Amino acid sequence: MAVSQRALEATGLPRLGRLARVREWWEQEHVFGYSLIVPALALILGLVAYPFGMAIYFSLSDYWVGSPGQFIGLQNFRDILGNEIFRQTVYNSFVFSLIAVVLKTVLGVWLAMLLFRNFKFKRLIRGAVLLPWVIPTALSVLAWGWMFDSLYSVVNWTGIHLGLISPPGPNWLGMTSYAMTAVIAVNVWRGLPFFAIIVLAGLVSIPREYYEAAEVDGANSWGRFRHVTLPLLKPVLAVVVLFSTIFTFSDFNIVQVLTRGGPVNTTHLFATLAYQIGLTGGNLGQGAAVSLFLFPMLAAIVFLQLRYIRRD
Amino acid sequence: MDVGVRSRGARIRSTAFGYANMIPFLAFALFPFYYMVITSLKKDAELYNLKAVPFLIQTGVITDHYRYLFFKTEFLTWIKNSLIISVVATSVSLVIAILAGYSLARLRYRGVGAFGTAVFITYLVPPTLLFLPLSQVVVWLGISDTIWALVVTYPTFLVPFSTWLLMGYFRTIPREVEECALVDGASRMQTLVRIVLPMAIPGIVCVTLFGFTLTWNEFTYALTFVSQTANKTAVVGVTADLIRGDIYYWGSLMAGAVVASLPIVVIYVWFLDYYVSGLTAGAVKG
Repeated sequence: MAVSQRALEATGLPRLGRLARVREWWEQEHVFGYSLIVPALALILGLVAYPFGMAIYFSLSDYWVGSPGQFIGLQNFRDILGNEIFRQTVYNSFVFSLIAVVLKTVLGVWLAMLLFRNFKFKRLIRGAVLLPWVIPTALSVLAWGWMFDSLYSVVNWTGIHLGLISPPGPNWLGMTSYAMTAVIAVNVWRGLPFFAIIVLAGLVSIPREYYEAAEVDGANSWGRFRHVTLPLLKPVLAVVVLFSTIFTFSDFNIVQVLTRGGPVNTTHLFATLAYQIGLTGGNLGQGAAVSLFLFPMLAAIVFLQLRYIRRD
Repeated sequence: MDVGVRSRGARIRSTAFGYANMIPFLAFALFPFYYMVITSLKKDAELYNLKAVPFLIQTGVITDHYRYLFFKTEFLTWIKNSLIISVVATSVSLVIAILAGYSLARLRYRGVGAFGTAVFITYLVPPTLLFLPLSQVVVWLGISDTIWALVVTYPTFLVPFSTWLLMGYFRTIPREVEECALVDGASRMQTLVRIVLPMAIPGIVCVTLFGFTLTWNEFTYALTFVSQTANKTAVVGVTADLIRGDIYYWGSLMAGAVVASLPIVVIYVWFLDYYVSGLTAGAVKG
């Protein structure tokens, strides 16, 4: 310090005050860079990384709401793996995610291709299509709950009057064979706009010359879709599918509002079961163990994203 | 234009096909909202009449469900809570994200790549993975069962998302602009605030809109961390507290859903293009 001070005097520059020296220190690129990232990093460490560590600790202890428990090793995992409801939940989660993501992908590409055409009221139609994604999910799902009402279901009313359903029609949310269908339908309804809009952005970026070249080569519209559109959409589709898989797999809102996991646990997903065990039931340890089953899927997708997609 | 070989007739047919195809999608997307509105305006006698046509209002429009909502429930308190939470959480997250996003997108120092990856991973963490431990964290912070529990926890998903989005915007600003300012003697902070931020305004608007929408719509944390009726958000209040006993009063429930969605609908209609571009940038630039 003293040396640098003397050196400064030797150069004849005016002595820097303490404040000025701090300022100069802060102007260095790395110091400035670190100091700007600190608030975000503190947040991530304190409210994401630390709670994640706690979730692991909870899952290894018999921690109940209001009474920190003892370390019990893998007992919680042993308990839930032996639990019929948990095994049903694992099955539900995969069925739900797989069907919903496939439907959203297929319908999303279809819808994006439609939106890509030159429509009148293009902006209006895009706005309308995106609406389910913007409105508070819990509230729109509430409306779906009313549409699937056991007695006054508008879905059944319509089906019966079109001759598609024989009266009185299914009790969508109360029958084990129908509830999953209803939950998937609502998830597709809510997630479809996300797929469509992003795939649309992918479509817009495909150069038109490719289509012209394919047409010259005699490709019909299916051929153009199969050999031009689809291969060029692949990177965009990969991102959307991975992204959506995480959020479909960890869905909470739709099931919680629509069925709360019922009837007879046939629509429980990891998140709703964790909520039921950990908060309604107060067994935080076991609830945390259930929610941690979301982690392998998350880790796999993060890995794929980092390995293959962010590299481009 | 079109490839040209196709005839006028074929073009018209293709357009008609396009419109016809669009209709089921539009009906699917919009019907629940139509049904929401129509239910909220119907008399109970008509709502619960199996003979009535559910698509129409046949026995007159009423506002009773709305009046009940505004005068007999804590709905206005919930709206106020939602507003405070959304505005505070979004503003705080915006400031944190601007700083972090600029640092990650523009400055070179050791570890910047790792920090960027950390933000990206956090962006992908679903709230349902962390809601149980966070429910205990807010207890320890002494803010459990208050709106502050949500103000504090919402940045956990807003900051990674906003940082990610803003990084993309900051990268589009030419470096020379900043270098000029620095050479002219501006400090780094002045350069960020006076030169970079004004050029990133579309990104900031976008992040603000998404931040407000995500916080207003949030359900998992809002349901989990707050149980007192007076401290609930609009979304949770309508979903959980308008159900008296085990009975669903669909008229007032749908009235609540309509009014609690309205702020988002208004903002959305106004800023549609920002939503589309933000959605695309947030997911695809990953």
